[in-house]
Amino acid sequence: MAVTPKFPEKHYLNQTYGIRSWLLTTDHKRIALLYLVSVTFFFFVGGFFAMMIRLHLLTPDGYLLSADTYNKMFTMHGVAMIFFFLIPSIPAILGNFLIPLMIGAKDLAFPKINLLSWYVYIVGGCFTLYSMVTGGLDTGWTFYTPLSTVYSNSAVAPAVIGIFITGFSSILTGLNFLVTIHTMRAPGMTWFRMPLFVWAHYATSVVMILGTPVVAITLGLAAMERLFGLGFFNPAMGGDPILFQHLFWFYSHPAVYIMILPAMGVISELIPTFARKKLFGYHFVAAASLAIAVIGFLVWTHHMFLTGQSTYAALAFSFLTFLVAIPSAVKTFNWTATLFGGSISFDTPMLYAFGFLGLFLIGGLTGLFLGCLGTDIHIHDTYFVVAHFHYIMVGGAVMGYLGGLHFWWPKITGRMYPEWLARIAALILFVGFNLTFFPQFVLGYLGMPRRYHVYPPEFQVYNVMSTAGASILAIGYLLPMIYLTWAAFFGKVAGDNPWPATGLEWKTPSPPPTENFEVTPVVTWEAYDFHNRPDLGLDVPTGHHPGVVPAHGHD
Amino acid sequence: MHRTGALYGQFKTLEQQKDSASLGMWIFLVTEVMFFGGIMLAYAINRHVYYHAFAMGSNTLSLKLGAINTIVLLASSFTMAMGVWSAQTGKQKLLPIFLTLTILLGFIFFGIKYVEYAQKFHHHLVPGPSFDISYCVNNPSKCDDINPEELEVEANLIKQAKAAEPNLNSHAQLYFSTYFGMTGLHALHMVIGVGLLFWLLLGSLKGRFTPEWNTPVDIVGLYWHFVDIVWIYLFPLLYLIDRHK
Repeated sequence: MAVTPKFPEKHYLNQTYGIRSWLLTTDHKRIALLYLVSVTFFFFVGGFFAMMIRLHLLTPDGYLLSADTYNKMFTMHGVAMIFFFLIPSIPAILGNFLIPLMIGAKDLAFPKINLLSWYVYIVGGCFTLYSMVTGGLDTGWTFYTPLSTVYSNSAVAPAVIGIFITGFSSILTGLNFLVTIHTMRAPGMTWFRMPLFVWAHYATSVVMILGTPVVAITLGLAAMERLFGLGFFNPAMGGDPILFQHLFWFYSHPAVYIMILPAMGVISELIPTFARKKLFGYHFVAAASLAIAVIGFLVWTHHMFLTGQSTYAALAFSFLTFLVAIPSAVKTFNWTATLFGGSISFDTPMLYAFGFLGLFLIGGLTGLFLGCLGTDIHIHDTYFVVAHFHYIMVGGAVMGYLGGLHFWWPKITGRMYPEWLARIAALILFVGFNLTFFPQFVLGYLGMPRRYHVYPPEFQVYNVMSTAGASILAIGYLLPMIYLTWAAFFGKVAGDNPWPATGLEWKTPSPPPTENFEVTPVVTWEAYDFHNRPDLGLDVPTGHHPGVVPAHGHD
Repeated sequence: MHRTGALYGQFKTLEQQKDSASLGMWIFLVTEVMFFGGIMLAYAINRHVYYHAFAMGSNTLSLKLGAINTIVLLASSFTMAMGVWSAQTGKQKLLPIFLTLTILLGFIFFGIKYVEYAQKFHHHLVPGPSFDISYCVNNPSKCDDINPEELEVEANLIKQAKAAEPNLNSHAQLYFSTYFGMTGLHALHMVIGVGLLFWLLLGSLKGRFTPEWNTPVDIVGLYWHFVDIVWIYLFPLLYLIDRHK
């Protein structure tokens, strides 16, 4: 351990130079970085809209924006964050970078299709940005008809076309991952030796390829309705707006799992690494990913309990919604059980993992309130819903994303981020997040509806807390962006396996060479098996009590 | 990724490359099933609710042209299958012939579809402000491509359908929204398919496809058959709603 790590001379970042070498690259690692830049851009676009919403809601009468502008702000916040940040974030950046490395492949099965999916994403993003700057969008991110197809005066058509196009980027990514995981595994990398990150992405890809085409055709029909006056969803012509909602949620509920499953995959990597212990119940966690993907397709009408659907249908969907909690709980319990008796270190990625565990728990349990028919009538379309899904998406998915970004940043750039600054940023994020969204549970329960630009004065104190929290949260997001960028150029050299962790991606130099591995690796060990890995240089006893040795040398 | 002959650098063997390509195409076809599934659901629900309007809309389609197009596409599936067979068995002279035949049949399909679409525009059966299911019945002089007996039958059908469904015109418009949506999407897939066939044709003229490596022919074949199967569903769904009497 005394050897100072050396930065490799030739790696994927300096293999070739120039704009062309990036824009025409088929290297999955470079494409991941292209995604990183563009997805981060959309994150800050969405974040700007979020800030406008929170500033506007500081006062009950809302002095900052007009009512129409407010509608546009929350719509564009949702569209930018969901379709252009959350859905591609972990799969297209971390998944793209890591899946071939984790299974010991040279690249994804279809590198050109991988590049194509980035261009498709950019083209879709341009359409949506065009809509945002030429009149905006005020339909809500859900594009409910006939508001979106007949009555809205905002630039709906380009946005819908943009999302339609971007959907194909997601489909192609999912297709690429599925084929890669099936056919490109290194010798010895059996299905049950794969890291759970890969399993989570397998489940995510299944959702992507089954769900996304449905929302594509739905939004396609909505666009044709707006542009050419077709009548599928227009009640004036005999069409059915509820049909739109069914088709939309058939994708958009599973889309929640596109956002959270990869984050769960990240957490499944972080916890064994920083507890220095084999993950408890590997097979169950892998199966839980698939179970979530499958059951996730059977719960969509819980978004529509108040549309007048039959009580019996609502009962069935309520029951199925409760079923999703089971595999989610299996995962949460298994992560917690992994911590038991582990040798835990509190490096930044682990702080994010802990943040994820707590926030996902709150987000998941409040989901049960909403899936329950009786309570849903009370809290439907209130700030309770807003708080619930932000706990899952920001508290869950974004925490997982940032945790993963810190964890693999040494692999991506070959350099370490500043540990203490990162820990402080993680804490700021955690505090800011809870201050922003916890008051919204209270607001919602007291009856403040979502999407209104004014509210009764007695709700002001919670709204001020929420806005204050959002400002702290903004700092928590800006900090990592700044120091991670700095670290990519000036950070301490990381070495191949700084943590150390057990995955194959850590057995190649950081940053990896273009072909990933100089010699195709042969896998002879199980996932997260710290005991039988002398190559990690750990002093781990082979008995039943791991972790008597401090996890990390304090350097 | 560097390429050695037909083998791309990310793969170790041609077999692995072929497996990946076929699996990729099958997964893509699954996404296509889901894609068409959405609009088929819209069709199923609306046909159930507005049966008479859908039956009326279906009766205005030309059974003859639809049936011919079905035969054309089935024949193109046959020539495509023969193309795949010639690629697999190394009949390098036959492959371009079968590909050309498939392309020709594709163009015949487009031609017939064009005639059908043009009729619909001509007969005011395209969704929009000027849509009128009774246009031909009321203006027989403007629809001289339909013979008078047929028009009389149509007038009767419209009368019956209106009795069952007073809002016939707007619901028939839904039928035609679905008709143009479904056949339009199908035609778009055909256009892409024909483009791919041209690409194969160029490759086959250069002799790129051998018994050892003919994956592109194989997977474009899969795609082409899928597009045909979609039509096999569309034909009864759209043309045969009310023809069993």
